[in-house]
Amino acid sequence: MTHLLNRLTFGPRAGDVERIRATGIDKWLDDQLHPGRIDDHVAEAMLPQLETAPGGSDQKELRQFARRQVVTLASEKLLRAMYSERQLQEVLVDFWFNHFNVYAGKGRTSMFLPDYEHDVIRPHVFDRFRDLLEADAKSGAMLFYLDNWMSTAADTNQDAGLGIRDSRVRRRFGRFGRIPNPAPRIPATRPAAKKRARGVNENYGRELLELHTLGVDGGYTQQDVINVARAFTGWTIDRDGNFRFVAALHDTGEKTVLGHKIKAGGGIEDGEQVLDIVASHPATARHIAFELAQRLVSDEPPKALVDRAAKRFLDTKGDLREVVKAIVTSPEFLSADVRNAKFKTPFELVVSAVRTTGASVSDARPFVQTLQQLGEPLYMCQPPTGYHDTADAWVSAGGLVTRMNFATRLASGNMPGVELPSTVRDSKALALQIGSPEFQRH
Amino acid sequence: MNRRVFLKSGAMAMLSLGFAPSFLGRAAAAASARRKLLIAIFQRGAVDGLNMVVPYGEADYYRMRPTIAIPRDAVVDLDGFFGLHPSMAPLKPLWDNHSLAIVHACGSPDNTRSHFDAQDYMESATPGVKATRDGWLNRYLQVSSEERNPLRGVALARTMPRSLEGSAPALAIGSVDEFGVRGPAAAFQDEYAGSSDRVLSAASNDAFAAMRTLRQAAGVPYRPATGVEYPNGPFGKALQEIARLAKADVGLEVAFTELGNWDHHVNEGSVTGQIATRLDEFSRGLAALAMDLGDRLADTVIVTMSEFGRAVAENGNGGTDHGHGNAMMVIGGNVGGGVHGRWPGLGEPHRFEGRDLAVTTDFRDVFGEIVTAHMGVSSDALSRVFPGHRAASDPAVIRG
Repeated sequence: MTHLLNRLTFGPRAGDVERIRATGIDKWLDDQLHPGRIDDHVAEAMLPQLETAPGGSDQKELRQFARRQVVTLASEKLLRAMYSERQLQEVLVDFWFNHFNVYAGKGRTSMFLPDYEHDVIRPHVFDRFRDLLEADAKSGAMLFYLDNWMSTAADTNQDAGLGIRDSRVRRRFGRFGRIPNPAPRIPATRPAAKKRARGVNENYGRELLELHTLGVDGGYTQQDVINVARAFTGWTIDRDGNFRFVAALHDTGEKTVLGHKIKAGGGIEDGEQVLDIVASHPATARHIAFELAQRLVSDEPPKALVDRAAKRFLDTKGDLREVVKAIVTSPEFLSADVRNAKFKTPFELVVSAVRTTGASVSDARPFVQTLQQLGEPLYMCQPPTGYHDTADAWVSAGGLVTRMNFATRLASGNMPGVELPSTVRDSKALALQIGSPEFQRH
Repeated sequence: MNRRVFLKSGAMAMLSLGFAPSFLGRAAAAASARRKLLIAIFQRGAVDGLNMVVPYGEADYYRMRPTIAIPRDAVVDLDGFFGLHPSMAPLKPLWDNHSLAIVHACGSPDNTRSHFDAQDYMESATPGVKATRDGWLNRYLQVSSEERNPLRGVALARTMPRSLEGSAPALAIGSVDEFGVRGPAAAFQDEYAGSSDRVLSAASNDAFAAMRTLRQAAGVPYRPATGVEYPNGPFGKALQEIARLAKADVGLEVAFTELGNWDHHVNEGSVTGQIATRLDEFSRGLAALAMDLGDRLADTVIVTMSEFGRAVAENGNGGTDHGHGNAMMVIGGNVGGGVHGRWPGLGEPHRFEGRDLAVTTDFRDVFGEIVTAHMGVSSDALSRVFPGHRAASDPAVIRG
């Protein structure tokens, strides 16, 4: 029971085991797999309000706003993880955000973050993978972060295409005001730069195959990367920061992707066809099954389990609820040797610490800072790989010292915005519990 | 500085002539037994290499930069063609005694002009490959020794820089004094030492051993060598901490720190102005570090890097936009002084994509030479530090 709570929630609170026993494990799990059934208004009421963007064009003000925005969102993510009753959903939001990672520090990416987490990731974690993938491919955050918004057919005329859209994009964002110019900058005063066609940008195409779907050993070639990128030319962002397909920027030539022919003369359907091809590919099923099993079971999940989960993925046309269910109801999940085998990520550590103490957190910002010190600043993971959730990525001498210091600080009751229950008497014992080797694992 | 110069040219010469005083023999023997040290300094934000190491012999340089070029008579002349920005005068003594090598037109084979991507590529040292999990400095630590001492690799930075991320133990600390357990340290130590969790027990053991080493070796307040003045601010402080660790012999092999704010799209300035202020702090810091290291500089290489250079032409705002090739500096007692790398010229046909300084030396060739010729990694192991890369040039920044 504790194992179930360790893996499917952000750690047990006092009384959780008894509550689930009363509900029945099967019913509890079924509810967690259907979060819409679970009332969550208490946690919802605790979330901080997102600020409206300043209207002006002051760059400094906008940068400061963007920074505050990331802190607010990180607070929101922490509070949901601490207090939401829809725990499995939040565990999977963290998982899928890292799977489809974007970095708030790259240009305007942070402006797209609220929509990204609220509308792209969270609603789809129990959906079909194909739907999640398409929502992601069409999200402002991903289009911007992996540069696809500026990827065009090689022969696109700059003035007819991006030149105009560039300024439109800059003028848009009613709620964000003017947005800093993205890199790379093209100075209007330099004729040489104007002539420089940007052409196809392979960034998204490569990561789509390598990270989002097939996996690095998924059997694709550089030519596949190029052709996938060509299929997504013209998938860009409109003046409101929403997805827009611009036919004039699209490469309409014939493309072959993983052996499938995409015929010439296509438009937005080229990219959608690529999503069909990769989402239903056996390598994708395996890759997603492996990653989920790695998060939910062990750093090196048993092959038989991954095979079964991958088969479930293919049999259900990528139904993520069914894949998760197959993993967590497997004998491998319950096997004694995977209990407490996972090392908590910093995010999992701080959230589980709050849950185990029963602390009430009215301001999560101190935890946002803790995560920075522990090397997992939320939304600030640069590479598209996202944060890893395996022990080798997180066990370090310096990291342990920071964890001990965090445990001491939390247990001391001296964190602003954090109130420990009055039952906590011995803060040293609590520090030693939260900082213990056992508590670093789940 | 004088002492260092003496040791470098004087002691070695006297030793080789066979009449070195015995204390110098001991000093030289101790020096050779000491660990080699690599100090990596990242200029984040893409420094304008053409105003840092100025090709003042190029007419195109002045034609393309009517307001921000460094005038011929203002540069600190190096070799009749290149000159340093006047703010970099503190580095001139290092140049004069051949302890400063510059690799110009150096950079990445990847053409990205995104700070984020280019920094990532330079730190992973796998340009174009985003999925690389560790950084090149950590891979050096991985291939060079099995020793579990996190003080082998230390970043003076708030979070672990990408360059040092990876499976080899390393530390990111704000300062030496900051690193420690604030709380029931002994109880934590016992708790982990007695744990059956061997992985965590070992990591904790590393941490407490490192704390002990630091307390013993660097426990007293640090005083730089006589006459050394670090610039005020976090950069100078970080360099001072690096010197402190280097001199304390805590096992340091790789140190990292960074200095930001080089992204001068607007009002870059010339002899004075924004870039002059940044280069002043940067150069005074490097000169102070070299001087403070004293005879330890003989075993040290300091290398500076920035994700890409800036466009040859100035823009409409008195600044420069993102470019390609840049200048890298290598400082140390065993450095082959001079300006290295093939100079491609600034004329339009020689530029990268018609606008930027071309790259004639892959930055990994410079890193690679330092890792082999200075740090002593075998050429077999080198391919594990720079996967997928085969050296294409010989920057010759390290003397054989």
